[in-house]
Amino acid sequence: MTQQSEKVFQSDIVIAGAGITGVSLARELSRYDVSVIVLERGEDVAEGATKANSGIVHAGYDAKPGTAKAKYNVLGAAMFPALCAELSVPYRKCGALVVGFDDQDRQTLEELLQRGVANGVKNLRLLNREEALAAEPSLNPEIVCALDVPESAIVSPYELAYAMADDAALNGVRFHFDQEICSVSAAAESGWQLATARGDVFRCRVFINCAGASGAALHNMISDQPLQMTHRRGQYYLLDRAPSQPFTRTVFQCPSAMGKGVLVSQTVHGNLLLGPNAEDIDDPLDTATTAEGLASVLARAQHTWPALSTRSNITNFSGVRAHLSTDDFQIGPVSGAPGAFEAIGIESPGLSSAPAVAVDLAASVASFLSLRKKGNLVPPRRPKKPFHDMTDEERAEAVQNDPAYGNIVCRCEVVTEAEIREAIRRPVGARSIDGVKRRTRAGMGRCQGGFCSPRVAQIIAEETGVSLQSVTKCGGDSLLLVDTVESFLKGGAGND
Amino acid sequence: MDKVITCINCPVGCRMTVTLSDAGAFVSVSGNTCPRGAKYAEQECTRPLRVVTAVLPVPGSETPLSVKTSAPVPKELIPEIMRVLGKTSVSLPVAVGDVVVPNVLQTGADIVATRELSSR
Amino acid sequence: MTDQHVDLLIIGAGPAGLAAAIAAREAGIESILVLEREKEPGGILRQCIHNGFGLHRFSEELTGPEYAKRDVDRVRELDIPVRCGTTVLSVSPDRVVTCVSPEFGFSRLSAGAVVLAMGCRERPRGALCTPGSRPAGIYSAGTAQRFVNLEGWMPGRRVVILGSGDIGLIMARRMTLQGAKVLACVEIMPYSSGLNRNIVQCLQDYGIPLYLSHTVTDIHGRERLSGVTVSRVDENRKPVPGSEICFDCDTLLLSCGLIPENELSQGAGVELSPLTSGPVVSETLETSVPGIFACGNVLHVHDLVDHVSSESFRAGRAAAAFVRASSPPAPVFTVKDGPGVRGTVPQKISARPSEDVSLMFRPADVYRNAAAVVECGGQEVLRKKAMIYTPGEMAVLTMKKEVFESLPDKVITVRMEGEKQHG
Repeated sequence: MTQQSEKVFQSDIVIAGAGITGVSLARELSRYDVSVIVLERGEDVAEGATKANSGIVHAGYDAKPGTAKAKYNVLGAAMFPALCAELSVPYRKCGALVVGFDDQDRQTLEELLQRGVANGVKNLRLLNREEALAAEPSLNPEIVCALDVPESAIVSPYELAYAMADDAALNGVRFHFDQEICSVSAAAESGWQLATARGDVFRCRVFINCAGASGAALHNMISDQPLQMTHRRGQYYLLDRAPSQPFTRTVFQCPSAMGKGVLVSQTVHGNLLLGPNAEDIDDPLDTATTAEGLASVLARAQHTWPALSTRSNITNFSGVRAHLSTDDFQIGPVSGAPGAFEAIGIESPGLSSAPAVAVDLAASVASFLSLRKKGNLVPPRRPKKPFHDMTDEERAEAVQNDPAYGNIVCRCEVVTEAEIREAIRRPVGARSIDGVKRRTRAGMGRCQGGFCSPRVAQIIAEETGVSLQSVTKCGGDSLLLVDTVESFLKGGAGND
Repeated sequence: MDKVITCINCPVGCRMTVTLSDAGAFVSVSGNTCPRGAKYAEQECTRPLRVVTAVLPVPGSETPLSVKTSAPVPKELIPEIMRVLGKTSVSLPVAVGDVVVPNVLQTGADIVATRELSSR
Repeated sequence: MTDQHVDLLIIGAGPAGLAAAIAAREAGIESILVLEREKEPGGILRQCIHNGFGLHRFSEELTGPEYAKRDVDRVRELDIPVRCGTTVLSVSPDRVVTCVSPEFGFSRLSAGAVVLAMGCRERPRGALCTPGSRPAGIYSAGTAQRFVNLEGWMPGRRVVILGSGDIGLIMARRMTLQGAKVLACVEIMPYSSGLNRNIVQCLQDYGIPLYLSHTVTDIHGRERLSGVTVSRVDENRKPVPGSEICFDCDTLLLSCGLIPENELSQGAGVELSPLTSGPVVSETLETSVPGIFACGNVLHVHDLVDHVSSESFRAGRAAAAFVRASSPPAPVFTVKDGPGVRGTVPQKISARPSEDVSLMFRPADVYRNAAAVVECGGQEVLRKKAMIYTPGEMAVLTMKKEVFESLPDKVITVRMEGEKQHG
């Protein structure tokens, strides 16, 4: 339920959006001596496209040279290994192939190679059919060529976002969730004033728009150059882990005007991802999947992987990306709005670019506000290794030190009670079933929460001091339960 | 008046036609392949009976108490039995077989506990 | 870390594990340990508070908890240790088991024999690829059953049930009795795989309509479910455009199939059958890994718990024999599914079985006035006629142990003979 309050908050900087762009920027700005508030429409970090994308750290051959996408993709991708190590986020450089089926594709692959070289991507190489099939025997034997991209990697985008948010919070950034911005206007003297749907007011010297699919709406409230944004939805299949997956590398098809096309890729946790398609929709918050969309993903994925079967499908999801008609990111000061900055139009390669965009944009804002860097920083959390990945000896020690490690809550992903409590107690902690799920993997396995959700709900209720009835799947009105058996029996809460 | 019902006694599921008098009394049955079917048809068409099972809350126990009627009861009393349960309070401890509501609605059947709940 | 050796280690204290434990103790094995991840033994029966259990075994109709209590009491009487709140993490091919619990910490146990009795789990929405939004309010029927019957919480007020298997039917009645409104039960096949008794007593009794040859084709509601779209399907089970019906509901219960839970079995190197999703076993219920046995729903999904018990007693006796190092000879016969038959268990049989062998399978379709036929080397070995064979009810054919002495060939085939109802 949205509660009405009427508080007034003051800070140097307000960032709109707690997706990967917003939290990366918040973390960068937390290095400076400045107060930062992040406003997020959803109930948690990563509620928009950040939780529903392919999780690829692109090498950077796809973006047109000279664009912001090209610049930030390559810069950002180079930062990932160190960043993920520092923040204990799963990351794997598994490489990629872009496959071609005819002469037109062959030409496209050659262009991509050129583009990649121009953008500074290393080790790109064209392969012939035999080389490609030797590298990935499960590929459709009808392919004629492939572009080998050893620099391509996979990451968990939402785990990265949570880790960034925690790091930012440890260094002073304050997060406000369930805060949809209704209006942004220039404040009397200088700076900005934002009003949210809950009735709160936020005042700041600098306002930074990182609001993803809502980016254009916020931009148009303050800029003298209004923008049109397209909302592009992409749907996915997520297949179960298996003793062996068909491909080691991420496999792309040739890109089109609508985007990079349907890929087949492992995830960092060993699942297999198929998708996305690309469909322009009106409602930026409509993340439903459709029969047509899923069918189209399947048909195209089958082109790459003829032996594809959805027998092991465990879930489908979709994400909505923001696309500008310039086909590029829009990053920097907002035209006609001094003291306002933006990083919008963040579609692919937005994830790969986020750390580099954050460094640049933070530097611009720091310069605008004449900020000094902080002397001391609180170091990042060093979370324990997931129980799932521990050796027997490590497991024994963990349980000995904390019996809550002995209570396996999610049997499919082997997630313990200790880890679930920790996920709730983190600096920017989980407060819902989905929040716990994405931080710990509890509920992401083959039974999709059938076994663990009653237990996880119980732990959330205890840790957050609410009744089980108030526990939600993902905030707002997404309550799990409606009332007690007792209420129904006594006739109070019964049916119509 | 004729009624067509499916027998539930075994997976064959014989479709039986039951003839009742105008007053609703059993006259005859056809379509059954064993005497159990005929018996079921007569009972089901004149006075259908059911065992009712349910859960009700017990103060001090997170786990609710599961109960059943100790014998089949007239089907049309089921909603009323649930209302009775809504007004019934049970206290810990409870043993399997404990009578929770004796002779519910004068049916001759009790509502009894089917699980054990101890007072931790 | 505690390292320990037990003669017989049983994973799961549901009806399968409990029966195996009882049989092994009665066969003289002293050192037995049963590991159970829930706080109490009884398995899924704890939440099956409806009646209908035990008719074959006890000639009584019991509720799930009452049936479980019989075995739990016997296990206590026999003084067999059951460690609850304990989750097994791994089983190795040489029968080393690791497990963890808050009370006992991390343990590594080596076992003379292991009985796998982990049961099965439900298919999630992803297995159906049902499109639409992904709001709160969508549960597997079993999860809803747990909330209502074990935790005392109602998941919703207006319910649609997808799948007319017995779990879906049972939950239709349960939700209705406990005060919710069940709007419909939707089944993609042209027939229900549930028992007639449940169609009558769970749907008809409460005026809940059953939509055969229908499925859910869209889901609505951003945060909490607000409704589902149901469409009729054609003979290829594809939705028919224009046939959509919308239901205003806040709860969707999915009863779309059960899968044996064999992750631990895979880790132990046990060969699984793609037909049953459970281990390949001989008539002693021994898997492809010596000394590892499987019984109950982890082996193949049962409809009657009475059959789970008899199968698991068998496994317990066999595990006991293995512990006493009188292991059975390698299986020589292979059992194959012939036309009309799916997933016969056991898949292998030894040259001289020590007991009569029960072949269990599901017919692939509904057969009336038909016969299940066991053949070997072109000869008919056994024929069992029945008025009905239906996929919803596991069939059992018992071959006398003497028969195996004179079988002409090594391949035994089970097939159906008779008219299929659905072609």
